[in-house]
Amino acid sequence: MRHAISVLVENQAGVLSRVVGLFSGRGFNIESLSVAPTLDPSKSKVIITTTGNEQVLEQIKKQLNKLINVIKVVDCAGKDYVEREMIVIKVKAEQETRAEVLRIAEIFRAKVIDISPNSYTLSLTGDKSKLEGFIEILTPIGILDFVRTGTVVMEREMQGRRKLS
Amino acid sequence: MKKISGAQAFIEALRQEDVKDVFGYPGGAVLDIFDAIMDADDIRFILTRHEQGAVHAADGYARATGRVGVCVVTSGPGATNTVTGIATACMDSIPLVVFTGQVSTHLIGNDAFQEADIVGITRPCTKHNYLVKDIEDLGKVIKEAFYIARTGRPGPVLVDIPKNIQQSMVGFKYPDTVRMESYSPTFKGHIGQIKRILSVILKSKKPVIYAGGGVILSNGSEELTAFARAMKIPVTTTLMGMGCFPSGDPLSLGMLGMHGTYAANLSVTNCDCLIAMGARFDDRVTGKVDDFAPKAKIVHIDIDPTSISKNVRVDLPIVGDCRSVLKDMLSELARKPDEVSELHSQIAQWLDQTAAWKREQPLRYCQGEDVIKPQYVVEMIDELAPDDAIISTEVGQNQMWTAQFYKFNEPRLFLTSGGLGTMGYGFPAAIGAQVAYPGRTVIDIAGDGSIQMNIQEIATAVQYNLPVKVMILNNGYLGMVRQWQSLFYKGRYSHTSMAVSPDFVKLAEAYGAHGIRVEKPSMVKDAIRRALEIKGPVFVDFVVHPEEDVYPMVPAGAPICNMLLV
Ligand SMILES: Cc1ncc(C[n+]2csc(CCOP(=O)(O)OP(=O)(O)O)c2C)c(N)n1
Ligand SMILES: [Mg+2]
Repeated sequence: MRHAISVLVENQAGVLSRVVGLFSGRGFNIESLSVAPTLDPSKSKVIITTTGNEQVLEQIKKQLNKLINVIKVVDCAGKDYVEREMIVIKVKAEQETRAEVLRIAEIFRAKVIDISPNSYTLSLTGDKSKLEGFIEILTPIGILDFVRTGTVVMEREMQGRRKLS
Repeated sequence: MKKISGAQAFIEALRQEDVKDVFGYPGGAVLDIFDAIMDADDIRFILTRHEQGAVHAADGYARATGRVGVCVVTSGPGATNTVTGIATACMDSIPLVVFTGQVSTHLIGNDAFQEADIVGITRPCTKHNYLVKDIEDLGKVIKEAFYIARTGRPGPVLVDIPKNIQQSMVGFKYPDTVRMESYSPTFKGHIGQIKRILSVILKSKKPVIYAGGGVILSNGSEELTAFARAMKIPVTTTLMGMGCFPSGDPLSLGMLGMHGTYAANLSVTNCDCLIAMGARFDDRVTGKVDDFAPKAKIVHIDIDPTSISKNVRVDLPIVGDCRSVLKDMLSELARKPDEVSELHSQIAQWLDQTAAWKREQPLRYCQGEDVIKPQYVVEMIDELAPDDAIISTEVGQNQMWTAQFYKFNEPRLFLTSGGLGTMGYGFPAAIGAQVAYPGRTVIDIAGDGSIQMNIQEIATAVQYNLPVKVMILNNGYLGMVRQWQSLFYKGRYSHTSMAVSPDFVKLAEAYGAHGIRVEKPSMVKDAIRRALEIKGPVFVDFVVHPEEDVYPMVPAGAPICNMLLV
């Protein structure tokens, strides 16, 4: 099962390499990673998505907690949280497909951020499944390249109630 | 505030940590620290002959005393030479603080002369490490380093101090307290869980205690012994746990695992309640995991949450310091005398069974008249050395025979590299222990291969008049590897013969130590006596049977009840 783990760390040199080194050193898998300072600039949040059975996940969380610079570890699996990721994608846009690409972009509420005579560059924010749906739809048209940020997650304030997305 | 140099501040910090002995080796990047050390009359400095030796010595010092071991070495090669020692300490949870010099901050990352990214290199084999980039942080970092090294699950901490930091001036005040938001190990066990665990143990019919190094690290041997005796539960220990329960006690089953006793391995396999204390279910202990204590409810007491349910499912975990949890268990027990005596009657049969296993297949060997058996040497050392002698080992057969045949009755008397299995550990570790206890007998039971890995430390022993006794079980082989080749590789002894070794007697003499060679079984006791009487360091070269094997043996990956007996 896929888990998004949110790790609050001290914002210091070398901390990220401890976190990442723990995964590589113990043979845990990192699917995506995002890091940035938090509201309190002395801390950073590292968000890692990973897969593994329950026992592996338990080990990952405990090992993360054991790192001296780690303040808090939250596994979002089983919690109510919002998840976002961004993709910037360059798609082939020849005469006959230009309109089609724009239509798809509109359906997904993606933005055109660059154009050239034979391509569009689009950006889209959403959860993993939305991004993957977008990639799937654009594949037959011809994807030239894409980059994705890591996933970011945040727990919902009003657990299980009104949902905006 | 009066300003002092970073190097002087460093010395001041060591004083505040009550450091009495420091092991190390100088070099360009620590000249300032060494200059300051020269004026610190209250801190004893031991110059080893290799940085690896310095770290193992600090490690032996820490294991024997329970205090934090301290090293200082230079940057680059000095720092990289410490890696094996640090990894050894890390695997066995030994508190060390290793200080390395570093090139000046403006040169870091430039491939400067003798620059090595030692913080990067040691990240996976330290409990934590630091690069001090600002002189204002020096005191706080050293304070944290000692605190982290000795609290929670102990371990080595490395502090990298650039040369310009040592030279800059600072108004120094060593912090009184440590405040770390991100580090607060659990010490006290959850009392509700302790009660649950006790009720499970009290209902069991075939309980066994499996005690590891954590009991010794927490100084909980007395409590463990009291607990086991009060409950009448048999105790098996890991290699790291040797001495945490008196091996002379009728409840003692000896060591378990790959070279464990028949009784210990069968007891664990057949028990209905396994009480793991300060142990981590290492693969050398469990053998095939699915068949490890298959019928048992498993209770696990450990200070490190990551050890719990890592390799083996645990039914009743409790995170906490072993000693503290044992104390709580003892005071709970005091309130349940009836249930305890009920336990005694319901486990009587089990105790008969474990005792029968001990009688059926005791550890044994056959000492003839011509060739010395290594086990005999170990037994005779045990017979002749004082009760408080500290014994270190190298790695291999020598280590296993010591664990099997030397009867440890107290903690902190056995220094051995368990987790990493580092050849070359024993001799410098013995030197470190001797520094801590100049008046006690310290013996390294060595192999002819391992001793050559840090043999240069004989100069250290001679220089500081440290009367360490090195008893070499000289079988002419990398014996443990040869044993595997003999059993599992069709007897093809690929590069395990020590075809050339030095004349250890002459070598000892060349360094100004004493050397004794023993070739006949009848001479063994005399030689040991003589070595123990000599005031200085001694090498005793016991020429032993070249192809003696360690038994019992559980082949790697097999269930621990599948033992090859002699
Ligand atoms: C640094 C290191 N290198 C290699 C090994 C692998 N190894 C384990 S036991 C052993 C043989 C040790 O030989 P010796 O010291 O003569 O001890 P014996 O087994 O003969 O008693 C070797 C090579 C090790 N444990 N440590
Ligand atoms: Mg040998």
